[in-house]
Amino acid sequence: MGTIPGRRLIISLFLIFLLLPIYWLINMSFKTNSEIVSTMTLWPHQPTIENYKRIFTDESWYSGYINSLKYVVINTVISISVALPAAYGFSRYRFLGDKHLFFWLLSNRMAPAAVYALPFFNLYSAIGLFDTPWAVALAHCIFNVPLAVWILEGFVSSVPREIDETAFLDGYSFPRFFIKILVPLIASGIGVAAFFCFMFSWVELLLARTLTSVDAKPISAVMTRTVSAAGMDWGLLAAAGALTIIPGALVIWFVRNYIARGFALGRV
Amino acid sequence: MDKTVNQKAWFLVLPVFLVVAFSAVLPLMTVVNYSMQDTFGNNQFFWNGVGWFKELLDPTTDLGERFFASLWRNLIFSAIILAIEIPLGIVVALSMPREGWTVAVCLVILALPLLIPFNVVGTIWQIFGRPDIGLLGYTLNSLGIPYNYVSNELDAWATVIVMDVWHWTSLVALLCYAGLKSIPDAYYQAAQIDGASRWAVFRAIQLPKMNRVLLIAVLLRFMDSFMIYTEPFVVTGGGPGNSTTFISIELVKIALGQFDLGKAAALSLVYNLIILIVCWVFYTVMTNAGAERPQKEGAV
Repeated sequence: MGTIPGRRLIISLFLIFLLLPIYWLINMSFKTNSEIVSTMTLWPHQPTIENYKRIFTDESWYSGYINSLKYVVINTVISISVALPAAYGFSRYRFLGDKHLFFWLLSNRMAPAAVYALPFFNLYSAIGLFDTPWAVALAHCIFNVPLAVWILEGFVSSVPREIDETAFLDGYSFPRFFIKILVPLIASGIGVAAFFCFMFSWVELLLARTLTSVDAKPISAVMTRTVSAAGMDWGLLAAAGALTIIPGALVIWFVRNYIARGFALGRV
Repeated sequence: MDKTVNQKAWFLVLPVFLVVAFSAVLPLMTVVNYSMQDTFGNNQFFWNGVGWFKELLDPTTDLGERFFASLWRNLIFSAIILAIEIPLGIVVALSMPREGWTVAVCLVILALPLLIPFNVVGTIWQIFGRPDIGLLGYTLNSLGIPYNYVSNELDAWATVIVMDVWHWTSLVALLCYAGLKSIPDAYYQAAQIDGASRWAVFRAIQLPKMNRVLLIAVLLRFMDSFMIYTEPFVVTGGGPGNSTTFISIELVKIALGQFDLGKAAALSLVYNLIILIVCWVFYTVMTNAGAERPQKEGAV
């Protein structure tokens, strides 16, 4: 059924290509620096968890992970809660300027972070949010809110509008209909949208680094600084990198059946 | 779909409008403001009119030369990325197992690179490609192929491209896979009865069904490769020389490195304008493609 010859080989080779660099990172994270520099070994011959120990005991390291998670969670909550009603509005009604508004949102999803780095720095310094998770969370809204609206709009549109009409006839008020009926119906869509907000906020570095300095420094920024200061501590760098993969890997597992549809912005 | 006209829907979209306007419009005003002025420090600004824009669009000046050089580099990069990732993504999607536990495993592994922070992607390839400690660099060099992404321009390009293929081909593959999954079995059975060749099935059934997702894939990949910053920055730092300095890297250099606010702002606006135009094309094509489809397919 619709397959191509040699498909097992192709998919296996591609998955190996994807996993090999990640394996190398993990392999390195369990080595001592002397083993990394002196020999070329395909697996750690003197395995050590020293690198991980350092990260979990040194506050400047593990606070980086906590800071990152803080703004990622704040951002996801804000994005989903503002995007839900908007997705419903776009999906069900026509109103003055709806198409222009939708396009404007899309264009913000595509706006290069490099353009906004400096103005955001000024803006958040001026309102006193600089170096707090809120600054990064709000800054990441610029691409996550449009994305969430897009994904949710696709899912809301797949709910037949007869359901709305029946609910209103049954005497549901709008907020009650929204929370009691619509939200449970598109629960998987909300999960997917939350996953994508989480993902894009988690992987972004430029804005997160520009908008924080000490207290709210994300893990990605901690990594870049320590690399230059410690004169390439490869094992530690690899361990820190390997740890950043875990949250992503965990959330993928939960949404694995919806990943594909989510990437198509709910429009497949 | 016949949507009802209802201006009250504005109340539903108002929160989104406010949040995005706060993050997008206010900063953009600052950029416009800067782009017209010159500063010599101490927060003293002088009116410069369209001076920066003139300089930017004139390739004989230093700023213009850098702008056009990085623009070209970025366009070539995006073109190569699309030429590799789109066909490869389609092939991978066609090779996906159809059922069983292997599907979930493949999906999770495919999505894995997409969830790694950009700078860690850079770090992974920085380590992987190093001739002394990286598997790739070490293997290539011991096979007698001289490879060093720090000093050789071609190697630096190859590394950045392979890294991007590694990072983002999965996105194309996942999109195509979603498109393929929406094809009912009956289509294939009909094709089998007609004795259609493998190629004919692809051309007549699979490709048309993937049309829409492929469009999304092409434009997402174009946009994201056009604003790529972190990954090449971590691996090559824009070098050797300026050979992998893409527009975003150039912009951050000017804005946060040299603190040339006027120049950076003018560059930002032109950059944004290019993005806006491509976006508009994307949006128009998308909405037209949507209008042509029968409504039943609207949300499968």
